[in-house]
Amino acid sequence: MEISARIISKGKAVGKAMVSAEPISFLGSVDPKTGIVLEKGHPLEGKSVADKILVFPHGKGSTVGSYVMLGMKKNGVAPAAIVNLEAETIIAVGAIISEIPMVDKPEGDVLELLKNGMEVTVDAEKGKISW
Amino acid sequence: MLHGKEGEAKQKAMEILVALGRIYGASRMIRISSAQIAGVSYKTIGDAGLEYLRHMAALGGRVEIPSFLNPAGMDTEQWEAMGVPEDFAKKQIEVLDAYATMGIRTTCTCTPYLIGIRPKEGEHIAWSESSAVSFANSVLGARTNREGGPSALCAALCGVTPMYGLHLKENRVANLLVHVDANLENKTDYSIVGLLVGKKVKKGIPAFKGIKPNETQMKYMGAAMAASGSVALYFVEGVTSEWNVSPDAEKITITQKEMDELKAKINDADSADLITTGCPHASISELEEIAEMLEKKPVKKPFWICLSRNIKDEAVKSGLAARIEKNGGTLVADTCMVVAPLERMGFKSPAIDSGKATVYLPTMCRQKVLFGRLEEILWK
Repeated sequence: MEISARIISKGKAVGKAMVSAEPISFLGSVDPKTGIVLEKGHPLEGKSVADKILVFPHGKGSTVGSYVMLGMKKNGVAPAAIVNLEAETIIAVGAIISEIPMVDKPEGDVLELLKNGMEVTVDAEKGKISW
Repeated sequence: MLHGKEGEAKQKAMEILVALGRIYGASRMIRISSAQIAGVSYKTIGDAGLEYLRHMAALGGRVEIPSFLNPAGMDTEQWEAMGVPEDFAKKQIEVLDAYATMGIRTTCTCTPYLIGIRPKEGEHIAWSESSAVSFANSVLGARTNREGGPSALCAALCGVTPMYGLHLKENRVANLLVHVDANLENKTDYSIVGLLVGKKVKKGIPAFKGIKPNETQMKYMGAAMAASGSVALYFVEGVTSEWNVSPDAEKITITQKEMDELKAKINDADSADLITTGCPHASISELEEIAEMLEKKPVKKPFWICLSRNIKDEAVKSGLAARIEKNGGTLVADTCMVVAPLERMGFKSPAIDSGKATVYLPTMCRQKVLFGRLEEILWK
């Protein structure tokens, strides 16, 4: 199946989906050395976002989160690509400076359609998500 | 810029601005007259932020417009005497050097408007420290969104910002009408009102009736609203130049009882190991008030008055600094109690007279807070 989405940060990646219905903060809530989500009670707590197609509604928290995403990329533990329902400044800037492909406003309910572990392709050159 | 004719740093910065413009539905870019950039304390941006800044500086990034910084993690001249760890200081200096390489003035303050940087009504700017954004929009009538550190840096490098949000007059409309039924005597009282309203209105725009705050009181109130909510603009009837309230605005009343309850709830320390003020950074008139208070009764515990380097220099010249320091106060420039590494400097329970700091001290510095008017905390 393939759906369209809006391009936020260019690039293309394939990986296993990791889906969170909750917003994600990268400052303080994700360990930049391991990519593991630290936030207590978060649906992804204890899981690593490294190399995943990370699907979540939008970012939250401090704008410093953009720099944390860059740190994760340098440490080799950044997500392979990001799909947001509605992009905001923190995640969008983080994805662009870290060169992580990112799309938002998918034409379909990705939080339902995509399941953890599914192999997903995000083409942020053409604005397509396929699985 | 987008095609790299002006170098790779500006190209990358413009890519980000274009993406943000697309996200928020901006029809075009608008020229700005200044940028105030957050993400300065090494404590908040860490190695990842430092590397990014170095990278942009190495790519040849140079700012197009007057640009200046938010408070750093330490006083750049007296960090050693203040007990800032050396490893921290080294990294902090590297952060400031990277900004300086890009042509950014390393004036580190959340109150640029106290040192002559006062954009005019209707002037477009890109500022990021939340209390400075609130002051610029509300008190000065300038126009800025609440920028993040990275987006303000991009705006500084390109000299433009996407035209959306609070840059557009039609979005500068209050959706909450606030009546204050309490006796507001000083800036700390105003900051308590700010905490209550910020929580209520969240990202919205409040409009106040029946209060007549001065600039310092608005500085405290706006800072608190931007911390407990994310208020970037408010109006005060008869005080701010703009007053535009939606006919559907919700109406609320803030009572003395609510204020007293919140004040009691915030207080979770009986005594302090550090007295602080200057959140946002102190002005000359606040320093005069402090000097008079200390001359009546000196302080025994460490007492930090956080302020910009420019105001400190002015106070040193006029002899005001000596009057304060003789009676136990320390003028701490470039930094503040929130972005300094208090938790690594051995402090556990600071006293503070500002609502804004009570939001951040427990989370960012793991501190217990003693909160009250200056006269209530100075000798605790």
